[in-house]
Amino acid sequence: MALRTLVSGKTLGALSRFQQQIRGLQTFTLPDLAYDYGALEPAISGEIMQLHHQKHHQTYITNYNKALEQLDDAIAKGDASTAVKLQSAIKFNGGGHVNHSIFWKNLAPTHEGGGEPPHGSLGWAIDQHFGSMEKLIAKMNTEGAAVQGSGWVWLAVDKELKRLVIETTANQDPLVTKGASLVPLIGIDVWEHAYYLQYKNVRPDYLKNIWKVINWKYASEVYKKECP
Amino acid sequence: MVMVAATTTASHLTSTFLSTPDFCGLSRSLQWPHMQHALEPHMSKETLEYHWGKHHRAYVDNLNKQIEGTELDGMSLESIISASYNKGDILPAFNNAAQIWNHEFFWESMKPDGGGKPTGELLELINRDFGSFEGLINKFKSAATTQFGSGWAWLVYKEHKLDVPNARNPRPSEEDNKLVVVKSPNAVNPLVWEYHPLLTLDVWEHAYYLDFENRRPDYILTFLDKLVSWETVSSRLEAAKVRVAESEKEMAEIDADEDLDTIEPEDTDMYFGSEAEDAEDFLDDE
Repeated sequence: MALRTLVSGKTLGALSRFQQQIRGLQTFTLPDLAYDYGALEPAISGEIMQLHHQKHHQTYITNYNKALEQLDDAIAKGDASTAVKLQSAIKFNGGGHVNHSIFWKNLAPTHEGGGEPPHGSLGWAIDQHFGSMEKLIAKMNTEGAAVQGSGWVWLAVDKELKRLVIETTANQDPLVTKGASLVPLIGIDVWEHAYYLQYKNVRPDYLKNIWKVINWKYASEVYKKECP
Repeated sequence: MVMVAATTTASHLTSTFLSTPDFCGLSRSLQWPHMQHALEPHMSKETLEYHWGKHHRAYVDNLNKQIEGTELDGMSLESIISASYNKGDILPAFNNAAQIWNHEFFWESMKPDGGGKPTGELLELINRDFGSFEGLINKFKSAATTQFGSGWAWLVYKEHKLDVPNARNPRPSEEDNKLVVVKSPNAVNPLVWEYHPLLTLDVWEHAYYLDFENRRPDYILTFLDKLVSWETVSSRLEAAKVRVAESEKEMAEIDADEDLDTIEPEDTDMYFGSEAEDAEDFLDDE
């Protein structure tokens, strides 16, 4: 455990990392994409993918790690005020890390199955619940376009009710903030940074095109785990 | 003037800021298509094309569609904002109305060759309330950087009053009113908190992404160093002080009227132990 952390760590000095290992604080690093930055074109440009991954997601991770260290300190010292004060930074940055980690897995180049609709139980559930894939997409796009400011639109499964739902979250709030039993299958980032360089203000065009690179294989796997 | 035409001919919307001759900001003094170059190299023509030409214009078009034939139609923009804010239980027109106001206010907060330092009374108040001009700049930068997600950073003139409807400062004085830096999410603006906005910076990603990508801090610095019009801020401060003084005068007049109706404690007969005839009157009321 310590060795792996030493090898992959970037943001912390070796000594403080060692100290944290003793305390048991796990910090995070930027996950790799399973595809090249340009592989999702023309749906999403390589320029956006690179900025999105290397700058935006990395910043969330850096700030999340920082907040976690501060929280760890505060908890160790019994400093309740500081611990509480840090909650919004943890929600913003931790949420950003959680959401983007899912997002990269939600995408795949077309030659690797991106855009290919799900067969099997998820495909069936979509038809059952929404009528058709087209209707699901139309609904998600409507909700995604209607998000005011920054946020996400999700296709999720309620693991208790065994039902598909569409939800939106604001800023970087993770999906669980909308319901503890909601498991994300597909999240679409509708923050302007996710599309602006390519689509400018026309969010609906981004939403229309992203479906060409949505990785339904991943979504199906998650679904099957919750609804075997 | 295309900008004014977009708001006035399209509807009855009026912005108190566009209609006041003192504000010599971007939208009033410059004509499209020249306007798009006006803030270069600090804010690109491309940004203005989209930010002003698409985002801002869409808010205007969409609000017009939304209010047509409703009770909001014909109201002033600030009244629409207030009505649709609905004390926090936000109604559909709010986003568009507030964003129109916010963007007009933003364009007029900037000018070509802006930046520098404020002077006169504005600088005095800045020194009083922030310690120094640098103190203000740091607070403003911090607010703009830490507004998470979409939103705005503001310098406002804040009256000293409690956030309850009928609270009034019984002895108002200039000293009580302060300059404050605040930030707000999405479309919310300090009008809904009854502050008097003096300056704003749009920190929605669309405001800076084409020029700065993810580097919001660089955008904030550029705005403060090269674009902000402190003259406009000073004018707005003047106007705010006038408004505050007028409303305090109104309140004082209302107080004076009420005093005439005030029953002096020694005249009150409403308690038990009053004259017999009053006790009878009491019974008659049943």
